[in-house]
Amino acid sequence: MKITKKEVEYVARLARLALSEAEKEKMTAQLDSILQYMDKLNSLDTKNVEPTSHVLPLNNVWREDKVQPSLSREEMLANAPEQAEGFYKVKKVIE
Amino acid sequence: MKFEAVIGLEVHAQLKTKSKIFCGCSTQFGAEPNTQICPVCTGMPGVLPVLNKVAIEYIIKTSLALDCKVNPLSRFARKQYFYPDLPKNYQISQYDQPVSEHGYLDVQVDGKTKRLGITRIHLEEDAGKLLHEVGSRQIDGSYVDLNRTGVPLMEIVSEPDMRTPQEAHAYLIALKSILEYLDVSDCNMEEGSLRCDANVSIRPVGQKEFGTKAEVKNMNSFKGVQKALEYEIARQIKVTEEGERIVQETRLWDADKEMTFSMRSKEEAHDYRYFPEPDLVPVVVDEKWLAAIKATLPELSSQKKERFVKEYSLPEYDAGVLTADKNLSEYFEATIKGYANPKAASNWIMTELLAQLNAANKTIKESLITPKHMREMLELIDKGTISGKIAKTVFEEMFASGKMPDVVVKEKGLVQISDEGAIAKIIEEVLAANAKSVEEYKAGKTAALNFLLGQVMKKTQGKANPGVVNKILKDKLS
Ligand SMILES: [Zn+2]
Repeated sequence: MKITKKEVEYVARLARLALSEAEKEKMTAQLDSILQYMDKLNSLDTKNVEPTSHVLPLNNVWREDKVQPSLSREEMLANAPEQAEGFYKVKKVIE
Repeated sequence: MKFEAVIGLEVHAQLKTKSKIFCGCSTQFGAEPNTQICPVCTGMPGVLPVLNKVAIEYIIKTSLALDCKVNPLSRFARKQYFYPDLPKNYQISQYDQPVSEHGYLDVQVDGKTKRLGITRIHLEEDAGKLLHEVGSRQIDGSYVDLNRTGVPLMEIVSEPDMRTPQEAHAYLIALKSILEYLDVSDCNMEEGSLRCDANVSIRPVGQKEFGTKAEVKNMNSFKGVQKALEYEIARQIKVTEEGERIVQETRLWDADKEMTFSMRSKEEAHDYRYFPEPDLVPVVVDEKWLAAIKATLPELSSQKKERFVKEYSLPEYDAGVLTADKNLSEYFEATIKGYANPKAASNWIMTELLAQLNAANKTIKESLITPKHMREMLELIDKGTISGKIAKTVFEEMFASGKMPDVVVKEKGLVQISDEGAIAKIIEEVLAANAKSVEEYKAGKTAALNFLLGQVMKKTQGKANPGVVNKILKDKLS
């Protein structure tokens, strides 16, 4: 096995995913087969191949530093589960 | 056992661009909450970030000024964590390929120059702001303002080269000066455009290995950084001497209590699972572009200091004080434009003006005494219209009201009396009234002369020309 159930639980917790026992088993098996496939890829000789930094053959794509209108606050807050006094509202965050 | 501290600083500086790093929203400080946001900076599905070119130019400028090696290729990475001020649930930052690395900054501590290494400088986006109360009113949750989300942020990471809180303080002052000279950041700690976290550990003097470090956050002034470090170093020494272990943790500085407190966060929260940002293409900086940016670098404080010494024949000390702050150096140069005595200007600016501004908690930009006020006052002294002593009265009035010096002199009747006949008359009156002092002087008690001089000045409300008084007084007594 390339990955343990414990590691799957750890990654799920970092991603705030709640997995049932059955899902954990399923994910462990799937991730295991993905990692095995990675091993297969790793067996290729890539000594003379430049690492791909991006799938597009592009770099230096910019915008100029110009202010564009933002969206209205009403529009931006429209889909928020909770809002108050022009703010997004969330459960009390204790620091 | 004697301990020494090992300190490294992480400074976050907001870049002074007009628009955000990946969208066109304004970066203006102080706007109504959530009025400078759009689908890009709030991470709505399907949007794509596009890099602000000026942000890259500013960070390259900073890199060059700090002698960092600019990487020919840099790219962005996603730093993933959950917090309500981070709408995308990841921050676009840089990881293994930052914009630049391996620089340094020379600072002066106790008259000695110390070179402090800079590990790396990278570009990232700022997060939003959380409010737990509105003014002093409690709220039954937390409020999120995303105006700050996506403002370009430059993180400057130092090497763990500092050994004392004073060195850390000197590093921050020098760094702030450079960022201000480059005009790439407002560097306002109160408004949050400059933030500083510190990594600090202790070790017995002579030991090579580092001790376990604590990360200290939440310091909102340069003095606060110094105090927090002083506290934290003392705390770690005490813990160690009591035979306990230092725990690797994040601690928050409480400026009111002047103590640091453990944040008690879970260590696993620091597993950020960085991976290359697929929505942005790499940044490639070639020699030509680098040279073009280098050509736009302004004169920095160290160069300006040298020039002030050479061009204006100022002492090293004066030149250092005047050039530490960019605005002050510009004030000085504006003052001496067409004025022949730079040292006199330097004296007045360094002593009177800086002291008064300090006492009034004002910056040089807020000074009601403009360079023009200052120059005209100096000219009045040079012409003999007012004495240096009266100039102080004029100065105070200008500082308070912003009136021009000639107006103050006229309104307050402060013109210096240099007329020999008039002064001689006053001196005769003083001598007649103080026969005892005259005798004492003639008996060889020279201090009596100062007393008599003081009496003349008192009688003229300080307006008599001291040189003339001195001369006539001596003539009459001989
Ligand atoms: Zn935006």
